[in-house]
Amino acid sequence: MKPAGLLVREAGKYKSKISVYKDNMEHRKVNAKSLIGVLTLAAGKGSTVTVLADGEDEEQALNGLEDLIVRRKFDEE
Amino acid sequence: MLLEGVPASSGIQIGTALLFHREDFDVPTYTIDESEIEKEIKKFESALIQTRKELEEIQSKIQKEMSSIHAGIFSAHILLLEDPMFVDEVKKEITISKLNSAAAVKNVVQNIIDQFSTMDNEYLRGREADIRDVVSRLIQNILGKEKIDLSSLKKEVIVISHDLSPSDTALMNKDKVIGFATDVGSKTSHTAIMARALEIPAVVGLGKITSYVKTGDLVIIDGNRGRVLINPDGEVYEEYLIEQSKFQEFEQSLSMLKDMPAVTLDGTHIELACNIEVPEELSSIQKYGAKGIGLYRTEYIFIRKRTELPSEEEQYESYKEAVEKVAPEAVIIRTLDLGGDKFASSLGIPADVGSMMGLRAIRLCLQYPFIFMPQLRAILRASAYGNAKIMFPMISRVEELRLAKVMLDQAKSELEYEGLPFDPNIEIGTMIEVPSAVVTADILAKECDFFSIGTNDLIQYTLAVHRVNEEIAHLYEPLNPAILRLIKQVIDIAHENGIWVGICGEMASDPLVVPLLIGMGVDELSMSPIAVPEVKKIIRSLTVEEAQKITQVAMSFSTANEIESYVYSEAMERFPDVLMWIDHRLH
Repeated sequence: MKPAGLLVREAGKYKSKISVYKDNMEHRKVNAKSLIGVLTLAAGKGSTVTVLADGEDEEQALNGLEDLIVRRKFDEE
Repeated sequence: MLLEGVPASSGIQIGTALLFHREDFDVPTYTIDESEIEKEIKKFESALIQTRKELEEIQSKIQKEMSSIHAGIFSAHILLLEDPMFVDEVKKEITISKLNSAAAVKNVVQNIIDQFSTMDNEYLRGREADIRDVVSRLIQNILGKEKIDLSSLKKEVIVISHDLSPSDTALMNKDKVIGFATDVGSKTSHTAIMARALEIPAVVGLGKITSYVKTGDLVIIDGNRGRVLINPDGEVYEEYLIEQSKFQEFEQSLSMLKDMPAVTLDGTHIELACNIEVPEELSSIQKYGAKGIGLYRTEYIFIRKRTELPSEEEQYESYKEAVEKVAPEAVIIRTLDLGGDKFASSLGIPADVGSMMGLRAIRLCLQYPFIFMPQLRAILRASAYGNAKIMFPMISRVEELRLAKVMLDQAKSELEYEGLPFDPNIEIGTMIEVPSAVVTADILAKECDFFSIGTNDLIQYTLAVHRVNEEIAHLYEPLNPAILRLIKQVIDIAHENGIWVGICGEMASDPLVVPLLIGMGVDELSMSPIAVPEVKKIIRSLTVEEAQKITQVAMSFSTANEIESYVYSEAMERFPDVLMWIDHRLH
């Protein structure tokens, strides 16, 4: 599965509200649980994204997503 | 009512129309009452569940039969169905705009697609096809429509459709479909090729025939002139009955040529072979007096399987049938040429890589040995039963030919080790259909046994014209001086290097082009079986010297139009009867 799908999958595991945006464009943040939303970010390889989580399991959510994006690099390597 | 389109396959047919409609985005739209909102939302939700279930079934089937990589595409499809941005928007559209659920889905999806298409990201724009695929399934489920399937027809019908995909034609019941008429398409689009292969009259590129015809209407398909008549009056109907019988007479006169050789007036022999698209056509080869098979297409096996790859064994049985049928004449088997307009969803390869210039044909095969190796082994095994040759499509550089040969050698040594029989000296051919292959023909000629020029793609790549784009379809010019020069160059280089060369594109059976090909010295012409008699008639009406003169004059003109009117006047003098019945315009 492509990175966008993996990100949405991972975000979907948590109850918190999770959003994501590219570069400094916080005004254009999208729902990280929406594939369409994440796709419209058009965040290609090498771009910078910021993830926000708000809710009861926000810590776990951020850890899980950091693990996917930073440590596992979407399992591409 | 009379509609004019492009004559795609000759003949006249009178019959009952069947409107074959794929549920694209043509959905009923109406406003609903406050009280119906909840019902429409329920309808939408249960269609979501059903669609999801269907996708999961397809996914697990593919996972079982192929690999999880291919099944992954469907995971993305399923994610779309769960997408809050999509689901919530649709519910909002139903509640606020008071639209029926199918229309709400359609509107929301259109917004998403519009948003995607403005973005400068090719990957994203490619996702549009995925979204449309999921959504048309979803809308079908909302509307509760059964998809009409052309495989279960009971009565003879003339199929009226926007377009017909390779999977539609591969699955249809050939005994019951007696004619085609479509909104889009050109002489060389899949529908047209298929109609000729099945020997049924067809008219394509009619614009909007699907909005004028209802299932059950009486229609007349005039595949000679490119006309369709809808519910004609008694007089016109009578006229067409007479015309139909006259045409049958002409066809009979051609069938008298069946056992005569394809030689020019001065005794030069031209090999006439057939292009075979589906095994059903094998019986036509003899019927029309052709010799071998100049192009045996293998795509149908892959398309018919739909959700899995065909096994080596199935392919072997199929190829063997063809090889045995025409032995001792040759069968030139072309390896898988999927991609482009013949994209098969069964391979689970994303649609955005299947474009004309994308990962298709030999590129796809070299990339996926799990597709290529079984086919190479199957072809080799079939070669033990007669005279088989192998041909690689879309070669654009010599490395591809070399790598394909390495894999062929690998397949040979496997078979040798396993003790399975094959022809160790199987001839290897290169298809010349990319301009770079023409330019490097001298390099390629030293590493293969023959050339086959695929004119359809060569024209598209050379003139930068995609033939399915109606806006520019008129720029697809077989008689463009560039095309004639390239073909001549290939023939000359092949002969300098001591290999033979054939033509297997549509040009090989075009009455206006055949004299030119003879003049250039082509060794073999391969075409749909039905075209063999008329081409034989043309060959038998000229000397090589005359053909050379015509070619020389034709190649001195600057435009396709000038060339066409000149060749047309020459053809009118020599074989007017062929031109009278067969559309003389080239596109």
